[in-house]
Amino acid sequence: MYLLPCHPFAQEVCEFAKMALRELSSLEKALGLKKPNKYSTQGDNKQVPVLQSNSGPALSGLVTIATHLVKQANRADLLGESAEHRAVVQQWLEYRVTKVDGCQKEEIKPILKDLNSYLEDKVYLAGNQFTLADTLMYYGVHHIIMDQSVQDKETYVNVTRWFDHVQHYPGVRHHLHPVVILKNRLYTSSHH
Amino acid sequence: MKLFVSEGNPHCLKVLAVLELTGVKCAIQHVIHDEKVVSYLNRPSLPALLLPSGMPLFSANAICRYLGESVGLQCSDLSNQWLEWEATELQPALAQGLHLAVLQGKGPEACRVLQGPLTYLEQSLSKTRTSFLTDDIVSVADVVLWAALYPILSDISLLSGEQTKVQNWFERVGLLAACKSAAQSVLQGKGLNAEVLKTYLQKQPAPPQRRDIQPCNSPEQGTEGDHVITEDEIQSAAATWAKGLAETPLVTDRQHPILPQEGKRNILVTSALPYVNNVPHLGNIIGCVLSADVYSRYGRLRGWNVLYVCGTDEYGTATENKAREEGLTPQQICDKYHSVHADIYRWFQVDFDFFGRTTTEKQTQIAQNIFWRLHERGFLLEDTVEQLRCEACKRFLADRFVEGTCPFCSYPEARGDQCDKCGRLINAVELREPKCKVCSQTPVVRSSKHLFLDLPKLEVELEQWLEMSMGSGDWTANAKQITRSWLRDGLKPRCITRDLKWGTPVPHPNFSDKVFYVWFDAPIGYLSITANYTDQWEKWWKNPEQVELYNFMAKDNVPFHSVVFPCSLLGAQDNYTLVNHLVATEYLNYEDTKFSKSRGVGVFGDMAKDTGIPSDVWRFYLLYLRPEGQDSAFSWADMAIKNNSELLNNLGNFINRAGMFVSKFFENCVPVMDLQPEDKRLLAQVGWELKQYINLMDKVKLRDALKCILNISRHGNQYIQVNEPWKKIKGSETDRRRAGTVTGVSVNVACLLSVTLLPYMPTVSQTIRQQLNAPPTVTATFLQGTGSFVCALPAGHHIGTVSPLFQKLETDQIEALKKRFGGQQAKAAIRPAQTSATQTVVNGVDTKELTLAVAEQGEKVRTLKAQKAEKAAITAEVTKLLELKKQLALAEGKSPEPVPMKGTNAHPTPSPAPAVQAVVSKADPERAKELTLAVTEQGEKVRTLKAQKAEKAAVTAEVAKLLELKKQLALAEGKSPEPVPMKGTKK
Repeated sequence: MYLLPCHPFAQEVCEFAKMALRELSSLEKALGLKKPNKYSTQGDNKQVPVLQSNSGPALSGLVTIATHLVKQANRADLLGESAEHRAVVQQWLEYRVTKVDGCQKEEIKPILKDLNSYLEDKVYLAGNQFTLADTLMYYGVHHIIMDQSVQDKETYVNVTRWFDHVQHYPGVRHHLHPVVILKNRLYTSSHH
Repeated sequence: MKLFVSEGNPHCLKVLAVLELTGVKCAIQHVIHDEKVVSYLNRPSLPALLLPSGMPLFSANAICRYLGESVGLQCSDLSNQWLEWEATELQPALAQGLHLAVLQGKGPEACRVLQGPLTYLEQSLSKTRTSFLTDDIVSVADVVLWAALYPILSDISLLSGEQTKVQNWFERVGLLAACKSAAQSVLQGKGLNAEVLKTYLQKQPAPPQRRDIQPCNSPEQGTEGDHVITEDEIQSAAATWAKGLAETPLVTDRQHPILPQEGKRNILVTSALPYVNNVPHLGNIIGCVLSADVYSRYGRLRGWNVLYVCGTDEYGTATENKAREEGLTPQQICDKYHSVHADIYRWFQVDFDFFGRTTTEKQTQIAQNIFWRLHERGFLLEDTVEQLRCEACKRFLADRFVEGTCPFCSYPEARGDQCDKCGRLINAVELREPKCKVCSQTPVVRSSKHLFLDLPKLEVELEQWLEMSMGSGDWTANAKQITRSWLRDGLKPRCITRDLKWGTPVPHPNFSDKVFYVWFDAPIGYLSITANYTDQWEKWWKNPEQVELYNFMAKDNVPFHSVVFPCSLLGAQDNYTLVNHLVATEYLNYEDTKFSKSRGVGVFGDMAKDTGIPSDVWRFYLLYLRPEGQDSAFSWADMAIKNNSELLNNLGNFINRAGMFVSKFFENCVPVMDLQPEDKRLLAQVGWELKQYINLMDKVKLRDALKCILNISRHGNQYIQVNEPWKKIKGSETDRRRAGTVTGVSVNVACLLSVTLLPYMPTVSQTIRQQLNAPPTVTATFLQGTGSFVCALPAGHHIGTVSPLFQKLETDQIEALKKRFGGQQAKAAIRPAQTSATQTVVNGVDTKELTLAVAEQGEKVRTLKAQKAEKAAITAEVTKLLELKKQLALAEGKSPEPVPMKGTNAHPTPSPAPAVQAVVSKADPERAKELTLAVTEQGEKVRTLKAQKAEKAAVTAEVAKLLELKKQLALAEGKSPEPVPMKGTKK
């Protein structure tokens, strides 16, 4: 993947944008796209990723680009197999870029609570099917889960289960470190 | 399908408009803002669409997409882009703008906030050739954006005069009947002035001030928001740099014995005494000795007067039992295992000033002295305790040595402290039909008098001291918490005596057959170990005015160090130094489970050196993982990642590059450094990290301080990357000078890094300094005050030979190691196992019985040896013992080779301890592994016996055992066991 004009060590490129570009690069690999695309960034603080294209206008926005890549790779199934599922996938993609990205410390718990409740009876975000929503949500919450205490991992047990599932999904975890999830509970539910 | 909306909620505009536009059949329900339609969300979220399947949708945009798709309106890439922009850029600005305009009446400011998005919209509309956002007809995206902007744009004054395209588009979309009716329904057609809008906004949480772009804690970069460097800091850093190294070293070398000095900060560091019987695992090591070591090394670099003592805790039941098992005296067991500990810590480069043991004369003296003082001052109580005593074995039985019928549920194999079946906690004396587990006789209940430390009597004084100590010292949060909860539960008198042989004798005539209980006795070990180091130990231990005491331990030891031991010392009233800073760690887990020696899970201290991974790397990773605020987990995969990314690619890469440039481009000589503003900026950045490092280390935040080191290195790498000295060196005079400056500064940063690394990785630190030929005074200079990053390697300084510091850890290497320590092959060890309630009948034979018989026989042998009985008698008993052991091996499903009885001493062949067991076909690799361990242990035993010049018969017996094990090992490895040639003086 080409990074222009941001050089990995130039100070102006926001960490945020770097993460987004890395995600897209990983996604390309996960989708099996052979020829990497050209990207740049735009916006205040240069945090929005932009896909350069020779054949058409540039495309901006992490979700927009990711959706485009999925279609480019003929994997529209990753966007949902029914109209309802597609809506649910878009909903969680939106949640990732509006609620999860840039969240303040005190917003983390509510996010985890929401996801934990939601995932109680679901294998993946869209129900029983692995979709792009799982991939991008995984990328988005990785830093949160990475820093979580063992106790918090056990409190938000459904999130942890889903996260562990996704991080082991073949091809997903390219640029991110595996997070160790303990299989044995250390804290009984009677603990605070 | 049902759509839930609430009046005055602008987000409902879009969904109602799209619903009407698409004509999809859907029930609409008006609810209040607080209605929680979507059950799994924390807070009420409206609008919400209940899909036909029953799933709710809470994203307004997703609802619009769905409705659009229902009538064939697909979203193109451009549509997606607008919807994403609306959600991520427009909505946050709108939330702020509406809040300002409607709730704060700050119209103009709302305007300002919205300028950005509106300008963007204006520009896009100018560029596009379509009538609407994505096409010549209205799309879902148009309606969504229109609805979002409606409250604001309905008040035209908020649009600047130049945004004509926006206005135009807005009006055209607004002409749609669907839009008009939605506006009426939600906002009564009034836009900003709608009362219902105000009501809605009042119920929402205030929007954040700015959209803070939070940089992710991406682990690869190890970034947190970088500190913004001020001009002052830059000037100050440059000034410090210019100072250079001072003439005289500020810190002198260590002179033993180390004693408190006037005018210096005197720091006494202890690490919890490891129990001698157990081989420490990585969790024990990081929790105690390693943490204390890092802090002590740091303290010395800071110029403090540091004494670091530790030792093995040797008294107690476990040692007695082990001794019985192995057929040795408790003293012999302690000698053997003490050196196992010492070796392990030496390998880990733990730099104790003194590593002693608790089984010394000084221990007896000091413990008895404290005891008498407590007694004289009335802080001891007498009481009788009922215990079970086995008359046949002639001892009081510890709980786990009694088995009987549970008084509650009648389970016949209840143990002496808890019933396995019903789980109730019981006292051994309550068991019905109790049996001694060793000899199966019925024990009797005997009263035994014991002494108790009257903690309640000392409670007030304790609390006063605790308030002072916890309040002024650097106690870790968990230590304070645990202590407070102990106090909250109320202190009770604690028994300080036991009916055992192996321990410090109680000097009181009425209790002369007893010893001190370990938790009274062991912490006194700190004092006695110091006393064995120097006669002037009281200058440390009875000197609270001049001495600061740091206790390092894992959290399970806290109550003894914060309550019981201080009470002993307070009660003794002898001006004892009490702990000022109690540093406790949480637990280190192994992969996704816990360390377990019996199951062969996890890395134990003696195995670390066989992995081929250097001691410094182990230290680094354990410290990186130090469980400070919560438990952490050791992971092989993670260790490889940290080694490769942090050590190799970050630290090693920077230091190596810096040195290589000096040697390759400047003939091994540090070049002239002509500092430009950006160089001074780097000095300031490094100086700031150094200051943080010192702040954190002073407070024993070892893990965080390590991150500062990695940050400095990261800054260094960036500095080199940006300045490209490898290119500039080939350029003009100015360029070459620039390359020189950058190289020189870099190599000085490397020098600083080496000193900050010293507490963590002493060998690497030394290597770097050797490679850079650093002046010895650097170690005394950099960490003074709040950090003193001077130019230690000036222009002209000759460096040494530079070479890479770290090796990559390869995946297959790591996989192999993980398997090796994963414990899948855990079976009962060959030697008689501890009696346990788990599976004991194998192959129809009761191995439990045999185990006990072996233990008994072992005791018999030991007794005979101690009594120096007839050689023939001893040999006979030893034969019996070996026979029993053979039977046990058989019963445990292993094939015993006939044990050759040799009459003379065999030459002890060094036991093979291959790092990784080769898998041979037709062999049993699992068994081979455990046999290898057994062979190693047995070989050690033989060596120890010989070193102690033990009885010939005893040595012979052990050698025979060793040979047999080796034969079995050969078999397990698929090789044919050759008879080991007998070497010796005579045959």
